[in-house]
Amino acid sequence: MARITLQALAHSYRAAPTKPADYAVQEATHIWDNGGAYALLGPSGCGKTTLLNIISGLVNPTRGRVLFDERDVTGLPTESRNIAQVFQFPVIYDTMTVRENLAFPLKNRRMPAALIDSRVAEIARLLDLTPHLNRKARRLTADSKQKISLGRGLVRPDVSAILFDEPLTVIDPHLKWELRSKLKEIHRKLDVTMIYVTHDQTEALTFADKVIVMSEGAVVQTGTPEDLFDRPAHTFVGHFIGSPGMNFLPCVIEGSRAIVSGHVVQLPQTYPVVRGSKVELGIRPDFVQLVPAGHGIPVRVERIDDLGRTRIARVSLPQGDQVAATIPLGATVDSNAAAIAIDPSRVNIYVDGFRLTPEEGKI
Amino acid sequence: MSLTLKNISKVVGGQVHVHDVNLAFENGSLNVLLGQTLAGKTSLMRLMAGLDVPTNGAIIVDGRDVTGVPVRHRNIAMVYQQFINYPTLTVFENIASPLRVAGLSKDEIEARVGEAARLLKLNQVLDRTPLQLSGGQQQRTAIARALVKRAELVLMDEPLANLDYKLREELREELPRVFSTSGAVFVYATTEPTEALLLGGNTATLCEGRATQYGRTADVYRNPKDLTTARVFSDPPLNIVGMEKRNGQLALATGKFDSVETLFSRLADGAYTLAFRAHQLRFNRPSGPSLQFSGTVAVSEITGSESFVHIEMPSARFVALASGVHRYEPGTDIETFVDPADIFIFDGSGRLSGLPSISPIVR
Repeated sequence: MARITLQALAHSYRAAPTKPADYAVQEATHIWDNGGAYALLGPSGCGKTTLLNIISGLVNPTRGRVLFDERDVTGLPTESRNIAQVFQFPVIYDTMTVRENLAFPLKNRRMPAALIDSRVAEIARLLDLTPHLNRKARRLTADSKQKISLGRGLVRPDVSAILFDEPLTVIDPHLKWELRSKLKEIHRKLDVTMIYVTHDQTEALTFADKVIVMSEGAVVQTGTPEDLFDRPAHTFVGHFIGSPGMNFLPCVIEGSRAIVSGHVVQLPQTYPVVRGSKVELGIRPDFVQLVPAGHGIPVRVERIDDLGRTRIARVSLPQGDQVAATIPLGATVDSNAAAIAIDPSRVNIYVDGFRLTPEEGKI
Repeated sequence: MSLTLKNISKVVGGQVHVHDVNLAFENGSLNVLLGQTLAGKTSLMRLMAGLDVPTNGAIIVDGRDVTGVPVRHRNIAMVYQQFINYPTLTVFENIASPLRVAGLSKDEIEARVGEAARLLKLNQVLDRTPLQLSGGQQQRTAIARALVKRAELVLMDEPLANLDYKLREELREELPRVFSTSGAVFVYATTEPTEALLLGGNTATLCEGRATQYGRTADVYRNPKDLTTARVFSDPPLNIVGMEKRNGQLALATGKFDSVETLFSRLADGAYTLAFRAHQLRFNRPSGPSLQFSGTVAVSEITGSESFVHIEMPSARFVALASGVHRYEPGTDIETFVDPADIFIFDGSGRLSGLPSISPIVR
């Protein structure tokens, strides 16, 4: 196990990078604690896999250093880094039994047979593979094969970190639930640094203690799921986290008053003066309520999506901006609803995309 | 056009891929095939397209039997999970390709491609080649090509499965509007209940080659007629618990009743399965009668806005989904409650049992 430090790290796939756009990973320093569960989350092309490959040694960074605790591993090949990896597709030996597959990484390192047996038994039990231990891997379903792959990643007790690259993408939704919660249980039991790359927000948020949100090669926010939900540092994070994402309404800020479509929202905190920039009020659909005309910001109800367990009202402001509002379970929709009310305690203000810190009071 | 499948079966090498499916899709309708991997979605689509010939049954288009008519003699478009485009052609030429084959005039081609490109937000990238596009744009190009043909039947086999989460969200929102402007029959296969609900339209649930139910999507979700349908249409997985009634006495496999016995008085003696969805398992005791389940927390997953709490019961594992942050340490004892009005009761053969004393069944 190790603390992982990425020191002034940047990477470009170009031979002679000059401008920021040439970099797949923008220069930054990150420190990830020993034993933590981290997720790298972002759309494809955001640099998350490049960052993972730099940690594993598959990619040598253009600039900066990679440290495992105090040890500089920059430039070391993958096999010298003492890490385990799990990929999107199963990487297993078809002709071996499940037991042999799980034991392989340990045998390779000449661990004592007794330790191998107990370790294989433990991992098999955690992943519900015990009944299949003596079966050939090729006879198993795709889902079970990916479980073996996970098991091979988890089996070594001495690794610095375990890296997962979209490990559940090929898994059926019902089994995803099971495997995700298993991984979380296993993380608690094994106490090893885990880094998990995904574009799926549910996987990232449910797996990780800390989620690292990336966009265009840069980390835009590192935080707990609550941080990302309650106080997105950037409109990108507000949009990317949550389904539907955060609403952004053009507004004017005057101290503790936000003015949206000529309607005043009284906020619990005061903001510094901002001029000449794009100012937006950010509010999650969960904290927007449909109300009768005259009781809030006037809107037109475009449609209502029935998602089974909740419904989402899609409304538009007079200037055309789209807003989503969650209709709670069991609530009825007033057919006269022509306005929205915003919970002022859940409002964030953004200037040119970045969250504006209030002057006094706290959210 | 309208499409009817009459007693369709497909057996390959002694294995039943499709079993006695009866479905009727109307002109201009959107139809979701919902089921896990290997449920028969792709097999059914290939039969609809005429790529395969059914072992039994008939495929009727506008009252005409087209069973065995090969795909090239029918006006059909398909979109696959993998993005399929011509890599050397521009986006414009990719979309235009079926129209060039059909020998349409230059003006007509420009008009149709322009229209499809506007609908799928591709107008800015028409002169690029597919490799210069994001995955979402590549798949939109494939969808535009399917639409531009003005095919009578458009088959989409998990078209968003390889896309990033946010892109999927965007396309899921756009697609129903794209569909509604065309008079074609759309068939859309997915493994994800949420995707079916977002798309709306009609849904056929599939399991082991059988169509278990077909109807308005939200109706099938709220009123599954059997246990299989309820399972297929639940994400997180359905919570289920066995119940037996003998000589008027009720026994639950796990959990207990709190003054609800009378609600089950109309049930005949026998074995039953009680089922409810994750959001219906609550942490607060309802004011009225309830079923109670005591267990220990296996793991809690927090998304920032919602919490999934996995609970071990003596003979079951439940998932509870609650809005807000509910953090429970693993091993915590927990009491959970279900409102009897939220429970589906299935009989020994898995069919929904009518429960006149709990009515109306509205979920």
